[in-house]
Amino acid sequence: MVRGFDRRRVLATGAAAGLVAGALGPAAASPLLDAHLAEILAGRTPRAGRITLDTPEVAENGAMVAIGIRVDSPMTEADHVRRIFLIAERNPRPAVATFHLTPQMGRAEVQSRIRLAETQTVVAIAETSDGELHRAANRVVVTIGGCG
Amino acid sequence: MTDLSAVRPRLRVPTSAAPGEIVEIRTLISHPMESGQRVDAAGQPIPRLIIHSLVARYNGREVFRADWGASVAANPYQAFMLRIDEPGELTLTWTDDLGNVWTDAATIAVG
Repeated sequence: MVRGFDRRRVLATGAAAGLVAGALGPAAASPLLDAHLAEILAGRTPRAGRITLDTPEVAENGAMVAIGIRVDSPMTEADHVRRIFLIAERNPRPAVATFHLTPQMGRAEVQSRIRLAETQTVVAIAETSDGELHRAANRVVVTIGGCG
Repeated sequence: MTDLSAVRPRLRVPTSAAPGEIVEIRTLISHPMESGQRVDAAGQPIPRLIIHSLVARYNGREVFRADWGASVAANPYQAFMLRIDEPGELTLTWTDDLGNVWTDAATIAVG
């Protein structure tokens, strides 16, 4: 495999890099990913913690990858999760889903099945009612890509 | 043209709950979620056709909503939690890019 400059992707800077990289390695930037992240962040810096993203370490079939997201929140009117953003950094469409929660849920916990095109980092960002953002990111190895 | 004739929603909820109990709502719908990334046998792109919205309401009030993109898997599964404070009807509404709508409903007793 040739390392170095990949004309389709450059190393990300700013929001994408901060969220996706860290201990997980360099992020892949794309205009869609950057635009989506910019819209979510709205100038805020997500903190690690309170949110857990459950993903398999290895997804044999990228067409159907089960994921779960849990946020530690009392889910009261005064203190609850408003939205959860789910992102697949290397998918042709990195914005996987946005979940809108209400206190009536009692618990901020959702499960879904998503497509992953290739090995990459999956990111979940929760927005709480105080306007803060909380992030979790996991690397998922994909054996057979599932985006088409 | 993507065939939607076999699209069926399914909803799994408990039939009853203790007051204030938080239960898991599981939903499934048999939709191809055509991502727009694929090409057909002749090499022509297959247009995107996905369900982009799932709305859950309890006794008419929205309790949960999911906005889906093309990276949600085919036959989309969605589970979420719901605190049951009163008996009622849970309704689910799925809407795709063409404005096709599918619904399912279930009643939940409290006691």
